[in-house]
Amino acid sequence: MKAVFAKGLLNALVSILGASVIIFVISRLSGDPVALMLPMDAPQSAINALRQELGLDRPIWEQFLLFLWKAVHGDFGQSYRWQMPALALVLERLPATMFLATAAFAFSLALALPLGVLSAVYRGSWVDQIGRVIAMLGQAVPSFWVGLILILVFAVTLQWLPAFGADGVRHVILPAIALGWYPVAAQTRIIRSGMLEVLDSDYIRMGRSVGTPERLLIWKYAFRNALLPLVTIMGVYFASMLSGAFVVETVFAWPGLGRTVVEAVFARDYPVVQAGVLITSILFVLSNLLVDLSYSIIDPRIRP
Amino acid sequence: MTAAPLLQVENLQMHLHLRRGVVKAVDGVSFHVHEGETLGIVGESGSGKTMTCLSILRLLPIHGDGRLEGSVKLDGDDLLQLTEEEMASRVRGPKVAMISQDPMTSLNPVFTVGDQVSGPFRYHKLVRTVREAMSAATAGLRRVRIPSPERRLKNYPHQFSGGMRQRVVTAMAIACSPRLLIADEPTTALDVTIQVQIMSLLRSIQRDSKLGIILITHDLSIVAGLCHRIAVMYAGRIIETGKVRDIYRNPQHPYTQALLEAIPHLGQKRKRLAAIPGQPPNLMDLPTGCRFAPRCPKRMAVCDDYPPATELGDGHVVNCWLAAKQ
Amino acid sequence: MSVIPASTPVTAAVGITPRPSLFRFRLKGVPWLPLLILLLIIVSAIGGESIPPQDPNGLNLAAAFRPPFWQAGGSYEYLLGTDNLGRDVLSRIIAGARVSAIVALYAIVFSGAIGTMLGIIAGYFGGIVDALIIRIAEIMMAIPSLALALIISASMAPGLSTVVVVIVLTYWTWYCRIIRSEILSLRERDYVSFAKIAGCGPLTIFFRHLLPNIFNTLLILMTLQVGQVILFEASLSFLGLGIQAPDTSWGLMLADARQYITYAWWGITMPGIVIMLTCLSSNLIGDWLRDLLDPKRRQL
Repeated sequence: MKAVFAKGLLNALVSILGASVIIFVISRLSGDPVALMLPMDAPQSAINALRQELGLDRPIWEQFLLFLWKAVHGDFGQSYRWQMPALALVLERLPATMFLATAAFAFSLALALPLGVLSAVYRGSWVDQIGRVIAMLGQAVPSFWVGLILILVFAVTLQWLPAFGADGVRHVILPAIALGWYPVAAQTRIIRSGMLEVLDSDYIRMGRSVGTPERLLIWKYAFRNALLPLVTIMGVYFASMLSGAFVVETVFAWPGLGRTVVEAVFARDYPVVQAGVLITSILFVLSNLLVDLSYSIIDPRIRP
Repeated sequence: MTAAPLLQVENLQMHLHLRRGVVKAVDGVSFHVHEGETLGIVGESGSGKTMTCLSILRLLPIHGDGRLEGSVKLDGDDLLQLTEEEMASRVRGPKVAMISQDPMTSLNPVFTVGDQVSGPFRYHKLVRTVREAMSAATAGLRRVRIPSPERRLKNYPHQFSGGMRQRVVTAMAIACSPRLLIADEPTTALDVTIQVQIMSLLRSIQRDSKLGIILITHDLSIVAGLCHRIAVMYAGRIIETGKVRDIYRNPQHPYTQALLEAIPHLGQKRKRLAAIPGQPPNLMDLPTGCRFAPRCPKRMAVCDDYPPATELGDGHVVNCWLAAKQ
Repeated sequence: MSVIPASTPVTAAVGITPRPSLFRFRLKGVPWLPLLILLLIIVSAIGGESIPPQDPNGLNLAAAFRPPFWQAGGSYEYLLGTDNLGRDVLSRIIAGARVSAIVALYAIVFSGAIGTMLGIIAGYFGGIVDALIIRIAEIMMAIPSLALALIISASMAPGLSTVVVVIVLTYWTWYCRIIRSEILSLRERDYVSFAKIAGCGPLTIFFRHLLPNIFNTLLILMTLQVGQVILFEASLSFLGLGIQAPDTSWGLMLADARQYITYAWWGITMPGIVIMLTCLSSNLIGDWLRDLLDPKRRQL
């Protein structure tokens, strides 16, 4: 168990380090970030001062080490727009995003798990058909459009739920649905095909042949097996929630990390963008790591 | 005189309706099993022997629409008339259970052996508490001679060897002391030495509890030592049935004869093993007459009609025109 | 007489269906409607300015916020209504098809080419090269695609080329992983070993023996990518990081219409429906191709 954990952690660290290299390289690709950071008519002295402050007058590898050194110490620089350390700002906005992503993830699972199981158990029935339609539509619409349509229907027309802001549970419903909609399709499909395979297996037949009640057979014995393939890629889905949050938070004016980074891009608030993207990547990698570890808990075969 | 049989199957049919056509997997099969008796059902793969047994348990394949006809009387109930709930609560487990051929895949990989073996006790209300269920499971594992059963309850199937898993499966099957046990090639996937152990285990369980056993196999050589009677299946029907010694000494159907010739014997002079030419018929498109006729070396014109059952005495029955004409 | 009649059909076992090929498919399963929709989009993209009934950029404030023709106040002049500046929604959708098509074309060709080449190299040579490429792909996958888009947009001027760069950087890993595993299994086949023994160089083996065998996989991947690229472009343009005015794209239309959601429902509905139909069509065609060309595995 320790070895698995250590290996996973090492892999994660390499990925995060690699990601920071890429973020650094891309941000230097465009040339001089100073030009982007300062107003067009800034005096040459200001440009030079900033260059020196950012270490841009040094060789590129030294700049990277400096970037890394500072990043490890949590120093991504000062946000121009919000007048506070970039990392502190990002971390301050993070809980709202995590809350939204968790709600969205819960929504997608709450829909996909029963739908997947039922459409496998009742193949060809109306449940299966509905599942198929949801799967097709879910992968064909952008999440921000789902958000806009939800606002149009539930906030503008019916006026049941608020469209903007983050003031309690009622506010999270629409953005969570918009964000959680996309993975429903794939999750339903994975559960459905997993269930179909498991229900046809010898051990389910064995269970049935000793009189195991159908309810237990499906929801206990078959379900846990069908869950395995989903769990392996659960991290990818949770991570895609974090990524999708950039758009959905913008649609619903949700005060989270995503919207902050998008605003920072427009404000040319470079430190915030870097910090936000790196933090998102770290969360991305960590959620995959967590899934790898939880996988060994539900599948006894790979437990060391 | 003999008492009424434990299991009486009459004219059982299982037709699987698929989009591409109807597969007549079991097509009018009749046989019986007495208490404490072992019936061997022999045939090539695809002859319908497994489907016959699954039909007794009413466990149909999940793909396609399987339709059952006929009657299956077990211990006073006609199983085909019961509801699905009655089958699950009253029949499967306490009346009839099954061991399938591959012990590697018949245990659920993500639940402990204790959970699975104690299951039947819990579902059929033989125990009230978890503790009781676990001690019943321990006793079950001990009965199939698994060493240190208390400790093994917490293990997962992948921590058992193939032979041990088949013992676990057997423990699950006999948990509720069924009257009838269906063993579907229980040893095919195992080593020869383990085969012998499992077989002797089944025999001792049978001695203790007057269990009726249906042993499905494609291997005639293991039938001899274990079974009282044999039924030979071909393309969804039983073509010859009788006591083991009658079938071995005096096989009447050319197919039975061919099967017996295909068994290698020790000390036999080196000669090529006899194989049966041709392939079994497509179950979606069966010949109208004798189903073996296309492959039969003794084929006659009359074989285009289905041969009647000919009784040769002492329960030896054969469906072949050769026997009918004598 | 031991004669087995010659007329005995030696029928195939139950459950074996002949493997379909691209050139022998049944016309019945062809997704005609999706093909038709995609064809319409392509015609709109190629036709450019000659197709739209109105000038997609023609301002006409007097005709602002006209509803679609079936609603009171709508007219056949503006079938799907007009936006806040009186521009015809239908005409702008047709004009936007061009952007979607161009982005999809470039993004798919480049990500497909880069990913496939790296996948072949990794799978064929193995060892350190393989480890390096896989590691780079893993690292690229560690950055969420939209986050990557944000950081690139912060460094480059937004626009069509930025969108393409982001999509290529995001999607090459997808091709790379799948093609690599395909090559790994192909590499062990006899004909590749024979070609090596016969002294064929790596290039000959690439083009003669490997590329033709991964062609089906590539075709399926590319078709399935169309929908994703269109969604991605729409999201970027919606955020303002993609296509910039005066060019138009479906995502940009949605971004513009968003502020007027309370009194012009068609502004956000129509372009979204078009996005949905396009993605649905390309996904359905991709699924169909996959069933046709890859009937066994169904795992792409």
